Amino acid sequence: MNFQLSSDQIALRDGLIALLEGRFSLETIRAREGQASVVDRTLWEQLAETGVFSILVPESLGGLGLGMTDAVIATEALGHALLPGPVIGTMLAAGTIAGAAEGSTLVGLLASNGQGPLPAVIELPGDCDGYLVLPDPRDTASPVGYAPRGAFTADTPTRSLDPLHPVGRLHLPLPTGDVELHERADVLRRRALLLGSGFEVGLATFALEHAVAYAKERHQFGRPIGSFQAIKHLLADELARLELARAALHYAAVITDEPEVAAIDGEVSGLSVTQMQWRATAGAKLLCDQAALSSTKTAVQVYGGMGYTWEVPIHLALKRARVHSTLLGSTDQMAELVATLAS
Amino acid sequence: MDLRATPAEEAFRADLRAWLTATLPLLPEKPSHTDWDARRVFDTTWQRLLFDAGYAGIDWPVEAGGRGASPVEQLIFKEECERAGAPYVGLGFVGLLHAGPTINAEGSLLQRTTYLPKILSGDHVWCQGFSEPGSGSDLASMRTRAVRDGDDYVVSGSKIWTSHAEVADYCELLVRTGTEESRHKGITWLIMDMKSPGIEVRPLMTISGSTEFAELFLDEVRIPVGNRVGEENDGWRVTMVTLSFERGTGFVGELLESMRFLREVAELAKRTGAWGDPGIRRRVGQLTATFDGLWALTKRTVSEAQATGIPGIGGTVFKLSYSEAGQQLAQLSMELLGEAGLLLDPLDHTADGQSLENGELVEAWIKSFNLTIAAGTSQIQRNIVSERILGLPKEPAGVKS
Repeated sequence: MNFQLSSDQIALRDGLIALLEGRFSLETIRAREGQASVVDRTLWEQLAETGVFSILVPESLGGLGLGMTDAVIATEALGHALLPGPVIGTMLAAGTIAGAAEGSTLVGLLASNGQGPLPAVIELPGDCDGYLVLPDPRDTASPVGYAPRGAFTADTPTRSLDPLHPVGRLHLPLPTGDVELHERADVLRRRALLLGSGFEVGLATFALEHAVAYAKERHQFGRPIGSFQAIKHLLADELARLELARAALHYAAVITDEPEVAAIDGEVSGLSVTQMQWRATAGAKLLCDQAALSSTKTAVQVYGGMGYTWEVPIHLALKRARVHSTLLGSTDQMAELVATLAS
Repeated sequence: MDLRATPAEEAFRADLRAWLTATLPLLPEKPSHTDWDARRVFDTTWQRLLFDAGYAGIDWPVEAGGRGASPVEQLIFKEECERAGAPYVGLGFVGLLHAGPTINAEGSLLQRTTYLPKILSGDHVWCQGFSEPGSGSDLASMRTRAVRDGDDYVVSGSKIWTSHAEVADYCELLVRTGTEESRHKGITWLIMDMKSPGIEVRPLMTISGSTEFAELFLDEVRIPVGNRVGEENDGWRVTMVTLSFERGTGFVGELLESMRFLREVAELAKRTGAWGDPGIRRRVGQLTATFDGLWALTKRTVSEAQATGIPGIGGTVFKLSYSEAGQQLAQLSMELLGEAGLLLDPLDHTADGQSLENGELVEAWIKSFNLTIAAGTSQIQRNIVSERILGLPKEPAGVKS
């Protein structure tokens, strides 16, 4: 048993972080705040050159041929950089939809949140060239499809909660996929939840690092505010929440890659491999939602009045956490799903 | 990352499982919680069985007579013991997890050969004399005084939260040998024979009505200087060695027990009809996700300890999350019990005609209040996490150390 990052995984993470810090600085990213298109296509293609979008694509198809564990380590780094763009859809479409792996086709995710056939809003309509359509999880008959732009109409966003992840209203007729994907909806949905959870861990890490740095530097009453227990206990709780979420996420990713471990661990509760993988995935999403939403909220609080300003970047992480914790199904839905697999 | 077991780990698990299956039926009936003499017999019998099979001191080095198991094997050991329903370490706790490892790390050859074998074989039970009525979270303020008189220390003072004092043979005792203001720099670690004249043990009744803990009153107790572990006034450092054993795989048994408890609570909710309430289902889902996450965190910590020798961040943040989740679980079980949670005897006229184990659940709820207090309160844990891991500045100290 080895639950440590391998040296290849550390290299993947550190390489991505270095590239993101150089090319996707906060200043660069923030230049597009509030615009209909938030993705710089030249930079996106440079990012694709690292192979990050084709992590899950088999080597025989030109991808990196790695597993979910590597993929979530990558989305943690992307989330930490607050990277704008359709990261999850593009990673899932790579290898199937031409140009996704290379960064020339931007693929969004159009996933039912389980409360109707399709969501009411569509992510990044000003940037995406097409969408992976994931049907309602209760509807096992509908295939996973790909809907290119033009197959449906959506508002180009004008005012969205997250200025770096705009959404539009989706209009009838609802898009149906014109390309049927080979993977089952069940598998893709689980992958999407894990990738999104990795992004949330990155967002929580960003918020916590900023809040800790600010608490050390900001003085009131002649002392750094981080020396007050009222502040330090808030931050300690966020670290505990974040490390719990990260461990749960890595575990869910590992048992996706290693079904034999899911089989052994599912025995105690009488769960099949797929049920155990679902329980771990939904549980990880739940904890990552909570870590991201809570860390970003705490960071706003620790920054005090400055946390309420547009200038301080914490609100960007807070809003993106709201996007990721909403689009693929709510935290409450995850809790209900885990409960059905609890015993 | 690779969570698959190596062939050696699989073999270790298979041997242990076979041994547990063959051995557990040999144990006598579990004694009542209040019958200390019977508990001592039961726990030391179990320890002797472990000893004879080579599982005693699973985490102790081979040179000290232990198994020298790797952190991953220790995890497997606790996992299999919990699954098989094996007894917990019980009265052997202080000897096996605190005093023994400290004596092994810091004691003389004579001390190691005198005390360690008897701890491993279950012949000797130890207790801990660290906390005092006036020194809880601030342990370094302790006042129990030891004065040198020839070849003895003469010790007077009082200790509290001393588990198993009623039946213990020895006590790992911290005493003040420096000046009153010397704090960390004036503490000494002693081995106290519990048969020494001048020791009074007074049971301390907890909110559950049990006498798990005792107070020790020491009135001019003579302890030979040869029973000192480490140098005089160096006891704080020696103690830190001991405390570091409290935060490794220490909670694995409790965590797995909580996970079993949670499955039972989910079954209870289905029996009582509460499962129809989405609020109840979500709380079960939240707790399941949290405990699964804690199990993943434990595996990561153990894996880090295996690779680097140090448990890392996971070991430090674990207790904060675990203790609160444990309390939420106990709270949920009480809400499911409703009126049945108001009595300790079984309520046998339930709607489905089956008796409820309400007494056990009520006791578990009361005991859960201890989770955020024992082995470092959650408030102290948050100070440790924020200062040692996040690097936040210390609160200005009221007393100079």
